[in-house]
Amino acid sequence: MDIAIHIEGLTVGFGAKTVIDALSLDVRRNEILGLIGASGGGKTVLLRALLGLVPKRAGRIEILGLPRDSAREIGRRCGTLFQQGALFSSLTVLENLEFPMREYLGGSDALRRDVAIAKLEMVGLKAEDALKFPAELSGGMVKRAALARALALDPEVLLLDEPTSGLDPIAAGDFDELIRTLRQTLGLTVFMVTHDLDTLHSVCDRVAALYGGKIVALGPLAEVRASAHPWISAYFRGARGRAALA
Amino acid sequence: MTVSQPKIARDGPRLAASGDWIADHADAMQALLDEFAAAPAPVALDLAGVERLDTFGAFALTRLRGQPRALLTGVRETQRGLIDEIERLPCEPAAAPPRRRIADGLESLGRALAEASADAVDFAAMLGRLAEAFARACVHPHAFRLRSIVHHLDRVGVQAAPIMIMMTFLVGAIIAQQGFFHFRRFGAEDYVVDLVAVLILREIGVLLVTIMAAGRSGSAYTAELGSMKMREEIDALSTMGFDPAEFLILPRVLALVIAVPALTFLGSMAALAGGGLVAWAYAGMSPPIYISRLSEAVSLESFEVGMIKAPFMALAVGVVAAVEGLRVEGSTDSLGRRTTTSVVKSIFLAIVLDGVFAIFFAAIGM
Repeated sequence: MDIAIHIEGLTVGFGAKTVIDALSLDVRRNEILGLIGASGGGKTVLLRALLGLVPKRAGRIEILGLPRDSAREIGRRCGTLFQQGALFSSLTVLENLEFPMREYLGGSDALRRDVAIAKLEMVGLKAEDALKFPAELSGGMVKRAALARALALDPEVLLLDEPTSGLDPIAAGDFDELIRTLRQTLGLTVFMVTHDLDTLHSVCDRVAALYGGKIVALGPLAEVRASAHPWISAYFRGARGRAALA
Repeated sequence: MTVSQPKIARDGPRLAASGDWIADHADAMQALLDEFAAAPAPVALDLAGVERLDTFGAFALTRLRGQPRALLTGVRETQRGLIDEIERLPCEPAAAPPRRRIADGLESLGRALAEASADAVDFAAMLGRLAEAFARACVHPHAFRLRSIVHHLDRVGVQAAPIMIMMTFLVGAIIAQQGFFHFRRFGAEDYVVDLVAVLILREIGVLLVTIMAAGRSGSAYTAELGSMKMREEIDALSTMGFDPAEFLILPRVLALVIAVPALTFLGSMAALAGGGLVAWAYAGMSPPIYISRLSEAVSLESFEVGMIKAPFMALAVGVVAAVEGLRVEGSTDSLGRRTTTSVVKSIFLAIVLDGVFAIFFAAIGM
């Protein structure tokens, strides 16, 4: 089986506290894996470790067969969507997209601009939004622009931190649809942290549940739901969980 | 995975694409686009040879198809979705960024002038808000936020003291050294102590401390208030029914108004000590003589002139810092720009104020 993200025995901690405890997880190529977990349970830390933003105490992380330390190569082949968008506030939306393209790819300015516009349109923004600054965008537009930037280099792996949080249900549905299309057409591997049960249900091939620094359940949503782990039961048996999966 | 460059084979009006049409080959695709841009639009485009495809490549191929779109043949099932997706997009050209013209230069000049008058208005408005908050606090003393004032006093006063003392000590020493060096030539060494004392107590002490306070504390105020503005913390405070001027700005400005006179006093003493050290080590004037010369040279008036100015200078620095902090908008750019503006404006204003005071004191004979 082709593995896109390989995590083995990963341990991350701060001071006396161990947040991720000898965690192992493989994300297959071309799959969409959703990560759920209690807030404060280490989801964001795991994602940040994958991004190389927090130092690990032990273990190994490989993305597309490359060790996490080769930052530039991974930066080229791996796109990231941060929860707050993290668009560069001093650049326009268009420049936000053109910046990684200009650094990594060739082609003329005109071609890059046209492709950047096409990507903005792909995520549901209009060409007229391209010259706006991030501060002038609404919350949903920031998310879309940030996704367009994550896709700017046509990455093979996409890491998403709560992609649908802060979006209205219609926009969130469009977003799910978009991720699915992109996976199919671009052969993307997607690793997403999400709490959106609709997203888990409609997009994710597999779901991983993180609790106490370890993966306590991994598999298709139906299997994870059937898990006897008390936290998972509480997660899916809540009123919102029942409503979403009814 | 083998990598092959994107290629186009031409067969009359029919084109056949092959190779990897991916972003890494942007240069090669650009070359093909340029090559075929002048040629008449093709009738059909065969994609059977396309190994790998991403949005970059799909976009380039869509371009190659021209208008009206050439017929596509041999599209692989896995690639069809992406091509359809790209074709569906309007792909409008982005509006060109506006060109700079001579008129823009005039416009920015006009804007700068308009902004200068807006500055005066904002400064007065902030002064008014602070006066209102201060008056309210005088009626209800609990509104003085003593904890906050003490916290800021520690930051802009106590923590600033060592660097202020060191700096003024050095400047005092330098003035004395220069005085002895140049006055010696025409035998006026006796007046060096007068020079040092009058200059430091009336002007240098308070100016140095104010400039340092603007750079060290005013900039911090602007940056703090600015990032609070960016993160909507100030809006949050207002919606809870609290006055940001009372909670955030008054404690900061009051701390500065207390700290700057205190630092001016410390700094002036340090500068006189620096002058004394040079007088002793460089000109052989023993400390008791230096001190007795000092008491002859200066009256309490010179000291008062310096100290009276200090709180007004501090107020100017604090108000400018607050005004600029609240002007920060969404981008990190504007935070940096406002912080710079805050420091430059407050130093400029302090020096102007110093000039006004000089005229005032001359008029009343101090």
